[in-house]
Amino acid sequence: MTSAPSPFVRAALDAAAALPGTGIAWLDAARRENLDAFAAGGLPESREEAWKYTPLRALAQRGLALADREAAAALAVDAARLALPGVDGDRVVFVDGTFRADLSSLTGATGVSLEPLAAALARNPEPLRFALANRYRHGAADAFAHLNAGLAVDGLVLRVADGVAATKPVHVVHASSGTQPDTSWHVRLLIEVGKDASVDVIEHYVTLGDAKQLGTVVSDIVVRENGRLGFVLLQDASSATTLVRRNHARLDAGAAATVHALELGGALVRHELQAELNGDGARFDSRGVFALAGRQHVDTQLEVRHQARDTSSDALWRGIADGRSRGVFRGAIVVAEGADGTDASLSNKNLLLSGQAEIDTKPELEIYADEVKAAHGATIGQLDERSLFYLRSRGIPLVQARSLLTLAFCRAALESLPNEALRDHLGELLVAHLPTGPAAE
Amino acid sequence: MHMLKIDNLHARVEGKEILKGLSLDVRPGEVHAIMGPNGAGKSTLGNVLAGRDGYEVTQGSVEFAGRDLLALEPEERAAVGVFLAFQYPVEIPGVNNTYFLRAALNAQRKFRGEDELDSMRFLKLVREKLKVMQISDELLHRAVNEGFSGGEKKRNEIFQMAVLEPKLAILDETDSGLDIDALKQVAEGVNALRSPDRSFVIVTHYQRLLDYIQPDFVHVLAGGRIVESGDKDLALKLEEQGYAWLAEKHPELRKADLAGEPA
Repeated sequence: MTSAPSPFVRAALDAAAALPGTGIAWLDAARRENLDAFAAGGLPESREEAWKYTPLRALAQRGLALADREAAAALAVDAARLALPGVDGDRVVFVDGTFRADLSSLTGATGVSLEPLAAALARNPEPLRFALANRYRHGAADAFAHLNAGLAVDGLVLRVADGVAATKPVHVVHASSGTQPDTSWHVRLLIEVGKDASVDVIEHYVTLGDAKQLGTVVSDIVVRENGRLGFVLLQDASSATTLVRRNHARLDAGAAATVHALELGGALVRHELQAELNGDGARFDSRGVFALAGRQHVDTQLEVRHQARDTSSDALWRGIADGRSRGVFRGAIVVAEGADGTDASLSNKNLLLSGQAEIDTKPELEIYADEVKAAHGATIGQLDERSLFYLRSRGIPLVQARSLLTLAFCRAALESLPNEALRDHLGELLVAHLPTGPAAE
Repeated sequence: MHMLKIDNLHARVEGKEILKGLSLDVRPGEVHAIMGPNGAGKSTLGNVLAGRDGYEVTQGSVEFAGRDLLALEPEERAAVGVFLAFQYPVEIPGVNNTYFLRAALNAQRKFRGEDELDSMRFLKLVREKLKVMQISDELLHRAVNEGFSGGEKKRNEIFQMAVLEPKLAILDETDSGLDIDALKQVAEGVNALRSPDRSFVIVTHYQRLLDYIQPDFVHVLAGGRIVESGDKDLALKLEEQGYAWLAEKHPELRKADLAGEPA
């Protein structure tokens, strides 16, 4: 980058300079390198293909300090507000990126270990080296990964030992306090599901106050041979919150991961969901819904890489945009050379509820193998007038008819979530977010 | 006392005048059959009465139970007691049939200031009506009309009518596309719902439905208005002689109005 660094970049580098060292040489080196890369590349501009539909000009002008850790640790939080139906296992809470032991329980179970990142590093940093010493190589497109690697102090290490089936889901809450205006916070998650092990994880985003903040979360996920991961993402932040998240999953032979995502809130939200199917027979399924209104901007970037034989992936995503909101969905399936027997499908359907909303959807297929079954499709449409009239002719008011049809449109994406209580709750949250009045034209 | 009073109704669809001065009086408990050639405006009448978008009333009035029906939204018309059985019931994937029907009934009850039915009371009501309609309760668990056969869709319309208990039911070519067994089942359902304070307007292209539902009055709709009214013998005459004889009585009708060809 030849021009002067933006206020955003300057403030982030200033914040990094003030952070104490970790005392672990390789980790400090990795942080420095990532921050150098961030300083060199700056924030991505729209000429970067991966950021084409998500402009960051406004964010670049905001100089954000790091959220104050003492204030975050002291903030009174009503734990009941964080609870989710059907989710009764350990809960790990971060407020403005600061781990809150008082709001968390890390009892785990036999073979399930939950450790705050700082504690895990203090105990034995070496097993974390592979993930934390990672250098992201895509220049500005990786700006937030660089930033997160340079600035995240807290995080979580979740490990499920070989052969262990965790019976209770792990609930990870990322709360933006909304009490520290113009600050940022950063969290790093490391999840490892052992051979023949299984676990369910819920990643849950909320906002507690009104102040504008930015949060970044990077999760590194590994599912070992024949392991199974169920992952639920519920993003219910306020319209003051900007979130940039990356979930990167690597699946070994026979491993399976299923993601259900519901994006409801946020001002500017970016979610990068990346899966590498590295072992034969691995499977990655993703389902998601975004429901946007007002001036929300939510960008989902799904990338599935089939890199071994007989791997399969199925992606089913639905988007709804009302008001002046903008939804972006890019779904890329890459089938590497030699990944014969791959079976991949991707469907992305979208509903525009207002003339001023916008949805950009871009399915991509890159296939370098021979024997491959791949299907993808994307549509953008409106509510069916005939169905609306049919419902109204039976007495259902227009607003309710619209909401019923919109929910029906999303149903396919959420109905496969096995946790019934949680599934019902997600449905209710979705209904509550659907427009309650005639489309704002 | 009129249930429905349509006076000199003119209506346009996509800029084209389809109804051209239609008048019809229906009193409580009466069954009126409206027959006519293709393109006469039969389906337009049902859609105008139910309040479908795109049907523009340019002249005339419709009074229903003392109200100006045309001033009401489609859902309000349903709540005051107007029911349209669709010629082509819409499939709505993702919306459960039972859920839909309960939402509809409760929305109507709420509009009328009645208490809403909880699921227990609703299921009891549904079971009673299922018996009358001889519908398998398996249909209830499916999405609205999704994957239903033609006969199942039409029976589902009559079943909805049984649950919603309208004051006025308009059947828009409910008999079209039905085999004789399905036709009989639909007719039995309608007959079971006849009552002194419920009226029916049965729009049909064929006389055969009227073998099973005895109408009090039969009207011929041609050229956008009712040109002939009588009792069920009129339907038999139409069955035997077609519509061409009406041209002598009504020289103002064009040949095309009676042949069912587009004007």
